[in-house]
Amino acid sequence: MASPILMPALSPTMEEGTLARWVKKEGDVVKPGEVIAEIETDKATMEMEAVEEGVLGRILITEGTDHVAVNTPIAVLLEEGEDASAADALDLGPKTEPTAKVEKNIPAPASAPQAPTSTTTDIVEPEWGETAEITVREALRDAMAAEMRRDEDVFLLGEEVAQYQGAYKVSQGLLDEFGDKRVMDMPITEHGFTGMAVGAALSGVKPIVEFMTMNFSLQAVDHIINSAAKTRYMSGGQMSCPIVFRGPNGAAARVGAQHSQCFGSWYAHIPGLKVVAPWSAADAKGLLRAAIRDPNPVVVLENEILYGKKFPCPVDEDFILPIGKAKIEREGKDVTLVAFSIMVGVALEAAELLAEQGIEAEVINLRTLRPLDTETIIKSVKKTSRIVSVEEGWPVAGIGSEICTVAVEQAFDWLDAPPARVCGLDIPLPYAANLEKLALPKPEWIVEAVRKQFGD
Amino acid sequence: MGSMTDAPNRQNGPALSREEMERAYREMLLVRRFEEKAGQLYGMGLIGGFCHLYIGQEAVVAGIGLAMKKGDRSITSYRDHGQMLVAGMTARGVMAELTGRSGGYSHGKGGSMHMFSKEQEFYGGHGIVGAQVAIGTGLALTSAYKNDGAVSIVYFGEGASNQGQVYESFNLAALHKLPCLYVIENNRYGMGTSIERSSASKDLSKNAAPWGIPSRKVDGMDVAAVYQAAKEAMEHCRSGKGPFLLEMETYRYRGHSMSDPAKYRQRSEVDEMRRTRDPIETLKAEMIKHGIDESFFKTVEQDVKATVKDAAEFAETSPEPDASELWTDVLVGE
Ligand SMILES: Cc1ncc(C[n+]2csc(CCOP(=O)(O)OP(=O)(O)O)c2C)c(N)n1
Ligand SMILES: [Mg+2]
Repeated sequence: MASPILMPALSPTMEEGTLARWVKKEGDVVKPGEVIAEIETDKATMEMEAVEEGVLGRILITEGTDHVAVNTPIAVLLEEGEDASAADALDLGPKTEPTAKVEKNIPAPASAPQAPTSTTTDIVEPEWGETAEITVREALRDAMAAEMRRDEDVFLLGEEVAQYQGAYKVSQGLLDEFGDKRVMDMPITEHGFTGMAVGAALSGVKPIVEFMTMNFSLQAVDHIINSAAKTRYMSGGQMSCPIVFRGPNGAAARVGAQHSQCFGSWYAHIPGLKVVAPWSAADAKGLLRAAIRDPNPVVVLENEILYGKKFPCPVDEDFILPIGKAKIEREGKDVTLVAFSIMVGVALEAAELLAEQGIEAEVINLRTLRPLDTETIIKSVKKTSRIVSVEEGWPVAGIGSEICTVAVEQAFDWLDAPPARVCGLDIPLPYAANLEKLALPKPEWIVEAVRKQFGD
Repeated sequence: MGSMTDAPNRQNGPALSREEMERAYREMLLVRRFEEKAGQLYGMGLIGGFCHLYIGQEAVVAGIGLAMKKGDRSITSYRDHGQMLVAGMTARGVMAELTGRSGGYSHGKGGSMHMFSKEQEFYGGHGIVGAQVAIGTGLALTSAYKNDGAVSIVYFGEGASNQGQVYESFNLAALHKLPCLYVIENNRYGMGTSIERSSASKDLSKNAAPWGIPSRKVDGMDVAAVYQAAKEAMEHCRSGKGPFLLEMETYRYRGHSMSDPAKYRQRSEVDEMRRTRDPIETLKAEMIKHGIDESFFKTVEQDVKATVKDAAEFAETSPEPDASELWTDVLVGE
């Protein structure tokens, strides 16, 4: 059967091209893979290969022709022994349309896409009863130990997590209890071991990856974003990646620019990840347990300075917190302060100072950065009419940018002042003690931002 | 052109039974015809973006496929169609993913480079060069952890073999004795860069030596040689001795992806390879020597053509994914 040879698309964007030269003549026998013509695109001259065997029966487009649209018949291929007249039977109208009619079933969006919003009112947190004072470090360790006891598939890997008991002693005692199969020391190979852990998670186990600090997660950021966060989507829902990436985040103390940065907005930007940032020991224990149980990749942003701080934490063995729900740490009616991680403490100090000046601040501890509990934020703003976000990280495209946008988008008519952001200075963190102090948010900055909203 | 003949050929006599030869032939032909069709559909605008064809390298997946057991896992780069077909994924599902339709393995959300099958233990389809090596090492970690007896096959190009995480992975796999078969598909080029210009290591099969990982260089155009090497390597992995590395000396006939002007090599190099080393023709000649007659080849050709035609029709008519799919599969449970 005679068949048309069509002008090929030779790149993702090519729509037409020049038929530069015919390498084969009418009557020539062609075999798959043989070059039959040269096609010029806007980018390059490329050789066109025969796909099927046959005889070049008739050339329809002569060499040198410009602007030949993709899918135009350029020649007719005959089967061996077939007469050239067989070509006459072919319908050689331009085939610019793909053979299948593609249903354009994507409706025009009713409105421009919105940032995700949450409904968290139906998440009820039980009363956990009796508490005991423990450090954040102990809370994190207890959370891992509890989940490892509960589920054989949970294990910890990272640099210095086993024999050394953790670079910051977070994994203290875990090697003794669980052995080296479940508490694995890694060489300094973040990219490799993170990818390995993602592969393990995809295929049936539940690794907890400790980064000695989140700064080193940059070595592995490709696997966190491209491998862990996207595989669920790219596999059409077949694969899941139950993995936890955890480690200290943000400025520590005097460790200089390369070891002091907040990855809150980096990871919160990524669909396919969940991101939590605990402040208290209860946050740490409850959120880490939830992160380990979650069937998705969860980034847990801890804070080195908080590791040694004590907080009351429920003693109940089943204590756990929901991911995605913020906590109101202090109620107030005049202004909403939104913070996460170490900045919750700073915001609470600011609330004290404001109270002395007769301003009642409501302090929201976000606990989760993705998905963001917009409902709790908006409810509070509708009550107070003012909002100030507080974060240690940089201002540009930070968590504060998101919070202020949400407030404007969803509570514009309730606002009595423009939303404000308190952030770390827009600079790499300096080493010098005095400079470092100047670069990070303190309660006075928050007080100042709030007073400005009141017209001072 | 550099020599390809220093790779040891298969060791003693015919490595494949008649049944194995027939299976290998059928699978290689399916991959070849499938890829030719994919190239055609790309030319017609039905497939978009990047599309990396496997034509020329068929003996690698077919030979390793013969040595694999049920439950073994595999993972590869973006040049993944051959691996998927040999893993037992359907031509329809793969082709419909290439056309971005709802009938594709990822409902059209992955495309040529990103397909997966839990059922066939195929873990993708990865677009970041070298990433699959570390992830594949993790597949083997699961086997060690669960003691499930499976071997994980990790395919990567000679270009990818320059990535740091490959060596991190070798170290991890050797330290923890993971049942991992690393397969370098040395097709001599990474995009437009020849191996001579990309690697100072002249013998990639020795690249895992510092970690004590045993290895072999294999004629990757000879399916029997591939099978024999893979069988031996997989027995090593399965017996708890840790990873193994095979360097397959192979060749891709087509461009790196569809938009490759191929100025980095001589046409004659490609023609020579096709004429003298084609894996399908080589096996066919061997089979004829063993008395398998023309009718077998005719029937297989017809069957394969029918399968590919059916896949293409399915891929052209399967509807595009519903707009609601945009928001699904981001997280589990939502
Ligand atoms: C990290 C990264 N760098 C660069 C690229 C772009 N890229 C895609 S394929 C490729 C060449 C890889 O060659 P090789 O590993 O030999 O595999 P082959 O294509 O020959 O199968 C490059 C550079 C990429 N996808 N990822
Ligand atoms: Mg290559």
